[in-house]
Amino acid sequence: MTFWNDPINLIAGWLRDVFMGWGMTAGLANVITSLIGIIVMILFAMLIAIALVWVERKVVARFQDRLGPNRIGPFGIFQPFADIVKLIIKEDITPAGADKVVFNMAPVISLASVILIWAIVPLASKIYGVDINVGVLYLVAVGSFGTLSVIMAGWASNNKYALIGAFRMVATMISYEIPMVVALMIPTIIAGTMSVKGITEAQSNLWFVILSPLGLLLFMISAIAELGRSPFDLNEAESEIVAGFHIEYSGMKFGLFYAGELLHAFTFGGFMAVLFFGGYGGFFGLEKLSAFTWLSNPFIELVVFLVKALIGYWIIMWVKYSMPRIRIDHMLTFNWKFLTPLAFVLLMMTALFDKLLAPTQFYVVGMFLSNVVLAWIVIEILRRYSKRERVEHEKNAEPVIQVAHH
Amino acid sequence: MTPDQIIFLLCAALIVSSALMVVTTRNLVHAALWLVAALFGVAILYGLLQAGFLALVQVVVYIGAIAILFIFAVMLTRREKRDKGPQINQNWMISALLAFLTFGGLTYILSSWDGFSKTANALPTGVDTLMVLGKALVSPDAYVLPFEVASILLLAALVGAVFIASSSKE
Repeated sequence: MTFWNDPINLIAGWLRDVFMGWGMTAGLANVITSLIGIIVMILFAMLIAIALVWVERKVVARFQDRLGPNRIGPFGIFQPFADIVKLIIKEDITPAGADKVVFNMAPVISLASVILIWAIVPLASKIYGVDINVGVLYLVAVGSFGTLSVIMAGWASNNKYALIGAFRMVATMISYEIPMVVALMIPTIIAGTMSVKGITEAQSNLWFVILSPLGLLLFMISAIAELGRSPFDLNEAESEIVAGFHIEYSGMKFGLFYAGELLHAFTFGGFMAVLFFGGYGGFFGLEKLSAFTWLSNPFIELVVFLVKALIGYWIIMWVKYSMPRIRIDHMLTFNWKFLTPLAFVLLMMTALFDKLLAPTQFYVVGMFLSNVVLAWIVIEILRRYSKRERVEHEKNAEPVIQVAHH
Repeated sequence: MTPDQIIFLLCAALIVSSALMVVTTRNLVHAALWLVAALFGVAILYGLLQAGFLALVQVVVYIGAIAILFIFAVMLTRREKRDKGPQINQNWMISALLAFLTFGGLTYILSSWDGFSKTANALPTGVDTLMVLGKALVSPDAYVLPFEVASILLLAALVGAVFIASSSKE
């Protein structure tokens, strides 16, 4: 076991030996080493969040045909530090009539709900927090803390706009949790495990996006809704309810919400990579060749994971800055009448074909084609529906009256 | 004390104190929040017992659903019109006695059971508890019948809810 092959376990083992050398029992040394590991993981996630502030501002600037931050450091790369200083020295306001404890707890829980996800993110084959056999479900469970923090912020602010924003956010999150869970079941069925590391390893020869492109699409849409990003950003709709649930927050409390949102988006980008694009691995069996064994080095895997996560994050930003906000009734109709039925049909189809085709050599082709056929059927149904609606609409429309010009 | 025992004691204190706060606080929203804390403590207990699946389902089902409860609490109450009346009625002595007797009786029955003072056997390594649970739920000689009956009950509730919601329009 050298540093290059297994850095984290080497350091942890060394620390444990040092603590036991000081006279601690093995159990206590394990607990303290784990605590240090937790702190290191949180720091890593927070450092990424600082970098993401720059990435987000730079990318949105490109989408809006601007330059973005470009004053501090090369390409404005030190802008986030100026932002942090600004947020820290801002006046910290607690509105009159606010429920102080709940008001101050909400941003902490909001950020914690994102940091908690990082416990299971498999950064590399030997760099991860824990590998639990219910990893996929953990992702959903932690998301419910996010919902809770939003409604706590909305209620405790003693502000009507904040409360409306929180109600909208809860409506979105509760609805889109269903297609999200179903979309998460698809990699679970194909890999035969709920452990995120197991799902990554099952993709070492073939990415799941080829077996289930519709599953990826469902996961992406419901993840964006769960994040509350455009087109599902009804919770903070600036033109209607000013800033939604975090309207009353200033300074670093707002900063926590903001950092949490960016990190959450990046984390979901990472989960898109883990569940459908092979995560830290997925080199199509290339790493087994003797010339490419360096691909399974943990540092290479870490870089691969971060690049894939950034691509996922970039897609989420791409959607955010290209799409207008949808209306709340459209948002709910889209979920309950379109996404949820589609998700359940896809789940049943995936389970059926996975069992039927697994022993045959048509597995990959069959899974891919079944997705294509389902997508075609859905598009055809939508086309007929919209045509019927249009004909109905045109029949009822008032005839155009020719106005005579004098 | 092992770290496990310390976590258990902290967690038990959290559950009991937040459960007390749920019934004593006058603010309905705070009661919902204390309920979250109590249910989260129960999830930690499941985690300590190595029932990871149960712990996560506890969080998804209960803490996820508390948000809805929260919304009802916000919509049905107003801060100015908070109930100022006494929180207990004259039957509190009898209720306290009954609660105490139930607790004592349960403790007595449990302490006469020979598994009460035993430490649980460690799980054999390499057993995927989730896989065992999943197979037990659909296996005919285990729990397939209760599982299906529960599903039918939930389905009936769902159909009933849809019926009530749709018939009110007419």
